[in-house]
Amino acid sequence: MPKALPVELVELQQRVEEVAQGYGLGIFRTSYEVLDFDEINMVASYTGFPVRYPHWKWGMEYERLSKGHEYGVSKIYELVINNDPCFAYLLESNSFVDQKIVMCHVTGHNDFFKNNYAFQHTNRKMIDEMANHAARIRRYMDWYGVDKVEEFIDKVLSIENLIDCQAPFIARQRDEKEKDDEMIGDGFEVVRLPSDKEYMERYVNPEEFLDEQKRKQQKKAKEAKRFPKEPMQDVLLFLLQNAPLTRWQRDVLEMLREEAYYFAPQAMTKIMNEGWATYWHSKLMTEKVMESSELIDFADRHSGVLQMAPGQLNPYKLGVELYRDIESRWNKGQFGPEWDDCSNMAEKRLWDKQLGLGREKIFQVRKIYTDVTFLDEFFTIDFCKQHGFFAYAYDKKRQEYVIESREFAKVKKKLLSSFTNLGQPVIHVVDGNYENRAELVLKHLHEGVDLDVQFGRATLKNVHAIWTRPVHLMTSVEDRPMMLSFDGQNFQEKLLTKQI
Amino acid sequence: MSLRVHNDHNRFKEIIRGRIKQNLKEYIKKGEFISRQGNEKLTIPVPSVELPRFRFGGQSQGGVGQGQGKVGDGVGDPQPGEAAAGKAGSDAGDHSLEVDVSLEELADMLGEELELPRIEAKGKHSVKAERIRYSGVHQVGPEALRHFKHTFRNALRRQIMTGTYDPKNPCIVPIRDDFRYRSFRTIEKPESNAVIVYMMDVSGSMGEEQKEIVRIESFWIDAWLRRHYDGIESRYVIHDAMAKEVDRDTFFHTRESGGTMISSAYRLCAEIIEKDYPPQDWNIYPFHFSDGDNWSVDDTRLCIGVLRDRILPHVNQFSYGQVESPYGSGQFIKDLREHLQGHTAVALSEIKDKDAIYQSIKDFLAGGR
Repeated sequence: MPKALPVELVELQQRVEEVAQGYGLGIFRTSYEVLDFDEINMVASYTGFPVRYPHWKWGMEYERLSKGHEYGVSKIYELVINNDPCFAYLLESNSFVDQKIVMCHVTGHNDFFKNNYAFQHTNRKMIDEMANHAARIRRYMDWYGVDKVEEFIDKVLSIENLIDCQAPFIARQRDEKEKDDEMIGDGFEVVRLPSDKEYMERYVNPEEFLDEQKRKQQKKAKEAKRFPKEPMQDVLLFLLQNAPLTRWQRDVLEMLREEAYYFAPQAMTKIMNEGWATYWHSKLMTEKVMESSELIDFADRHSGVLQMAPGQLNPYKLGVELYRDIESRWNKGQFGPEWDDCSNMAEKRLWDKQLGLGREKIFQVRKIYTDVTFLDEFFTIDFCKQHGFFAYAYDKKRQEYVIESREFAKVKKKLLSSFTNLGQPVIHVVDGNYENRAELVLKHLHEGVDLDVQFGRATLKNVHAIWTRPVHLMTSVEDRPMMLSFDGQNFQEKLLTKQI
Repeated sequence: MSLRVHNDHNRFKEIIRGRIKQNLKEYIKKGEFISRQGNEKLTIPVPSVELPRFRFGGQSQGGVGQGQGKVGDGVGDPQPGEAAAGKAGSDAGDHSLEVDVSLEELADMLGEELELPRIEAKGKHSVKAERIRYSGVHQVGPEALRHFKHTFRNALRRQIMTGTYDPKNPCIVPIRDDFRYRSFRTIEKPESNAVIVYMMDVSGSMGEEQKEIVRIESFWIDAWLRRHYDGIESRYVIHDAMAKEVDRDTFFHTRESGGTMISSAYRLCAEIIEKDYPPQDWNIYPFHFSDGDNWSVDDTRLCIGVLRDRILPHVNQFSYGQVESPYGSGQFIKDLREHLQGHTAVALSEIKDKDAIYQSIKDFLAGGR
């Protein structure tokens, strides 16, 4: 299957990487492979890896891609995966200019993978790890039956988004030394302060003090019973540790969880990553790599990448424009308190301190930001106005999406909320022993948007299949707090009196 | 070349087939397929096979876009996928997947779901068709069958061996011995033929809905039988007080009025069989659909007579489907039941409404004759 890279592409790769390094990009060694469209569709359905565990969802994706290709609606130019060495695939039928753009683009991604902090905990030998997972799951399928294993994988995939993206960077559970307050005691008897004289007792251990002690005791006893101690966002981990799984199920769950964590940083930096790659393919091409005869083709491809359908957000476009905006602002010194406090528009327009810090700044930005923080910091009111952003919402009367507002605050809020937690609902395990019956309670931290009920039910059913005892989901539906439950047979919806 | 993903793809297709089977009843009720034939692809909607997950409700979320327009302007349908920001919210609520299946596949699924037995054809060995297959290469033959590639290759090989081949001037001249010709063999293939005689009551009491039922049911029966016979012929007979043979189109679209003499149809059917389809060579399947309201007791007696003497001895199976209609008395099926007890080659079925088609197909075809 793998074809040796043609000589002209080998030369091209050397040239591109040399130029890129000249600009200060730091990249992994890259291994390019040329694939025909069917192969690239396969690799793309496998999310970029040549070997994945057997599952029908790859087949579904493959069908979608093949049909898209067949009807000429979509075409994959390149694929790149976060690995050391970095693997990238080129489509055989690309023209030479295409391959140039793709290599420049891939180099941008490569640098981003290597240098952005969100990726620092990812496994850089993932390509091997994925193949190992595939081999293990295949073996389980041989031992326990394809249907059985596949069914379990289906269940786990259905909740693979219930992970804690920030977990690799934060120690959620500190091993706090239990501050064993001797005063609180073991709960059978209120501990009194020592007093030798009986007549002093009233003063040393007054009534209020004893009540207070009692209260503390009860609180602690309650805390000790709570399970998990703190709400947990990593639902997969909780299930891994506490669900009654067989050994192979535990292993499968662990593998899929690992894969979910591997992909999380890519979802967290979609805008930044695509923007960065686009910035660099454009820079490398126009300044160094492109021949003048290739200009028209390059412009055609490049504008294709950046085109916006009405009402859509193109991550390539948004990303690259933000980087350019940052670069220009830092070149001109349009930052800091002085800039922020200036309210004279005319002065602002002509503001140029000739600092030339732009390049340095964007390299720093690509290192320490993820999409949410990136947008929060650099999506400014000027940028919003200049590029004509708007917030849209569904108009029930007109049955279509309409522009809701062009107000900066609203646009930004919507933008940020759609990137928070990868645009997925935040769900915690709050209780693993509800009503002392080993029932599981998940809680959706409602932030103004309801869950999809249909999907919620189906997913809850899958959680139940793993947990095996009744499961509950606390959420809000149309501003009423609800508890959705599934006991293995029936769904139940209960209004909660307490606001969650 | 086979790619690894093809296993996953096949697995996916298998799952889809499972979904189709689950919903087969629904598809069968629909009349829209019946203009299709053979291995033509049908596009049918299958409920989503997506993995469910906790996600935000369909339209409540909205998103951020870029471009022109005033507040209140529509922005079209933000497409999922590329619209990263609106991604979580912009997927439509219930996805259904459009899947292409061929009619033959669908007929097979129908067979599996209804647990229909394979049909044992009669006359299988008596009829042999001769076919010609061009499968060999000979040294002699007519010029029209000259095999260019073989000839060229032989000539080239000979020239290289004798050293007369010049790569700079690659001129190949074949001589007599180089020529090769395609040769054929005749193969005898046992072939079983079948004819379906559809008869329908088009008297005033058969309304549009009843005819629709007949149309759908006969379509699926046709599809199933076609899976078993290479050459299948269909004949169509309509009757009220008189019977006549019509083409397929007329059969499905005529609306006559008037009385009902079922015997006329049976007699015509018997004539068709006697004239065109010698029973030793043909598998014969008469199907009759009516609302069960015959003109008179005398005529019913006549019908039974024709059936017993002229039809039943020659056919694989005689099938009668009685469609419920507000005007019909529904007596005829009872009469048939009474008089034809014990005949194994008779299948009777009452079809109440479209939902009953599924069961009715089973009634007709479960015998495997």
